[in-house]
Amino acid sequence: MNFDALFSQLGQHTIDGLSKGAIYALVALGYTLVYGVLRLINFAHSEVFMVGTFAVLGAWTVMGANAEDGLGMVLVYVAVALVVAALASGGVALAVERIAYRPLRKKNAPSLVFLITAIGVSTVLMETFGYVLDRGFSAFAPGTWNGFGRPFGRVIAGMPTVVQNKTVLDLGIFTISNRQLIVILGAVAMMLALDLFINRTRLGRGVRAVAQDPDTAALMGVNKDRVIMLIFVLGGAMAGGAAVLYGLKLGNTVFDVGFLIGIKAFTAAVLGGIGNLRGALLGGLLLGVIEVYGATLTKSSWEDVWAFGVLVIVLMFRPTGLLGESLGRARA
Amino acid sequence: MVALAGCQTGGTGDNNQAKCGGKIAIFGAFSGGNAGIVTPSRDGAKMAVEKFNAANPNCKVTMVEFDTEGDPAKATPVAAQVAADQSFVAVIGGHFSGESRATMKTYEGGGLVMVSPSATATDLTTTGNKSFHRVVGNDDSQGPAIANYISKVWKSTKVFVTDDGSAYGAALANTVKSKLGTAVVGNDKVQEKQADFAATIAKVKTSGADVVFHGGYVREAAPMLKQLRAAGVQAKFIGGDGLYDPAFAESAGKTESEGAIVTCPCIAGDKAKGGFDFAAEFKTKFGSAPGPYAAEGYDAATVLLDGFKAGKTTRKELLDWVDAYNKAGLTKTIKFDDKGEVDAANVVIWAFKVTGGQVVADQEIPK
Repeated sequence: MNFDALFSQLGQHTIDGLSKGAIYALVALGYTLVYGVLRLINFAHSEVFMVGTFAVLGAWTVMGANAEDGLGMVLVYVAVALVVAALASGGVALAVERIAYRPLRKKNAPSLVFLITAIGVSTVLMETFGYVLDRGFSAFAPGTWNGFGRPFGRVIAGMPTVVQNKTVLDLGIFTISNRQLIVILGAVAMMLALDLFINRTRLGRGVRAVAQDPDTAALMGVNKDRVIMLIFVLGGAMAGGAAVLYGLKLGNTVFDVGFLIGIKAFTAAVLGGIGNLRGALLGGLLLGVIEVYGATLTKSSWEDVWAFGVLVIVLMFRPTGLLGESLGRARA
Repeated sequence: MVALAGCQTGGTGDNNQAKCGGKIAIFGAFSGGNAGIVTPSRDGAKMAVEKFNAANPNCKVTMVEFDTEGDPAKATPVAAQVAADQSFVAVIGGHFSGESRATMKTYEGGGLVMVSPSATATDLTTTGNKSFHRVVGNDDSQGPAIANYISKVWKSTKVFVTDDGSAYGAALANTVKSKLGTAVVGNDKVQEKQADFAATIAKVKTSGADVVFHGGYVREAAPMLKQLRAAGVQAKFIGGDGLYDPAFAESAGKTESEGAIVTCPCIAGDKAKGGFDFAAEFKTKFGSAPGPYAAEGYDAATVLLDGFKAGKTTRKELLDWVDAYNKAGLTKTIKFDDKGEVDAANVVIWAFKVTGGQVVADQEIPK
């Protein structure tokens, strides 16, 4: 193992890891919100993120986004992408809940049914997206639109560069680039806004109430279905925000981009304590850092082994994750 | 994969409908992320078959396509199906090394000859498999050519080598590493479908390399190159035939990919021999210039079609035919040694340069 490579630039690897983990953290919020309220792992959330990345790609392509257009325009591009991606991701999350989960809830289906539905919805969304981008609707109705073709189809597609990567801070032990700064600060800001919303607002109180005890909350006049819709939309919007940051930082997407990120974000949520918003942030950042450290010590192909190895060890000692499961319980 | 149900089943191998012609299978990644480096070869083969059928209307050859997406797990059931269906008498493929390795035992068991236009892993021909033949060089020729390009054309002595751990990518990277020897200043192995290459880029930066080689496919190479450039790494970028795909430049970005070199044991389409304008005919037929392995696909099909022309119609006859084949193709003189390789002396490796987002022929790599 290459300890020299790790310790000679520990600060740099930490920054790299934090900016990688910030995106996991934002996606992890969607898993954690839904789990906190419904005790359901919404595996379709990875595709909610994927749809967000394509919304960003679409928005920037339509606007002809370009990093050369000056700071004002770049802010406009980012703002528009945020709105479009949040709407697209929130909309898909909401649609998944209305179409797939609500009918099951009404019938009091066992949790295993929810789990397999979630996996099914994820696959259906991912493959349909890949198929339609690749071949359009002509397979369903000959003669109609036959897709973007390559490389929009099942190949990795490049996004316009909106922010030129530049070093903005050089402290000797590490440098931080504008993209990394935007990603880390953006993720923390979105996360704080969500935390405030859940803990300080009336609607947030409803969410916590349903998370604690759905039946009592209903008796107290909280509309449970509305709360559930709200958490799906909120989780989706966070995934949309993550998609914008992902587009800014990496500038690529592909129909199955959500798969790996989804698994990592879910892992981050479990690591931090699923159902716990701050746990998601901690878990995401930690996971990103562990991956970069691990990839530096060994090969990049080992990063998952490091990430999941740490997860297993943490869960041995703290089965509910680092901060424990507590969407409703933290502050009644 | 369609239109097979209900076709003749079982048979004993003797063809009772006609004394010539027959059915061949072609398999490879005709869809999916790597389709761009495989479909030109399929189209080349298609063109050869159609020309043959037009010239021999009483002796038609049918080519059935099986899309494996390049995935060994998807190629295996296809191989079982084709081997069991006696109406198939020969196979073109596999296009990738992984799927070839996974299926060649099955095809050998069925007595079917395989002619691959583009599977280049070295070990495919060293296992004693009787079925596998290829009309391209192997990674023992592409790997050293890449090393030559780096050391002779670019004159670099600081090279960073990455690969994706796949049968193709890792093997190619190993050859390049061993040929470059001490010029390799660092290496990393990435994951398939990896998206964030921060750790790899930090390693490249530390190594001070002025050339980065990646053994693998577009899915990882394009984002890696894009992130390298974003991180301010100006090292030259070179990759093997896995990157010979228009999607590489488009995904990595026009400015980021400018000047990147892609090598291929395939020839540039307009350098095809054979007494007719292959490139122009291909373009008329499929609407685009012949991409990677188009001429090799044509050659692979021609080896089999010549057999049909000579009245060979069974699996055994065609296998013997291919073993004894010796004729000039579009790309090179095709004559297989006892392992199923073409003569290394006839193999040429081309370098293609990404220029303005297009992959254009650069030069034949010096040996």
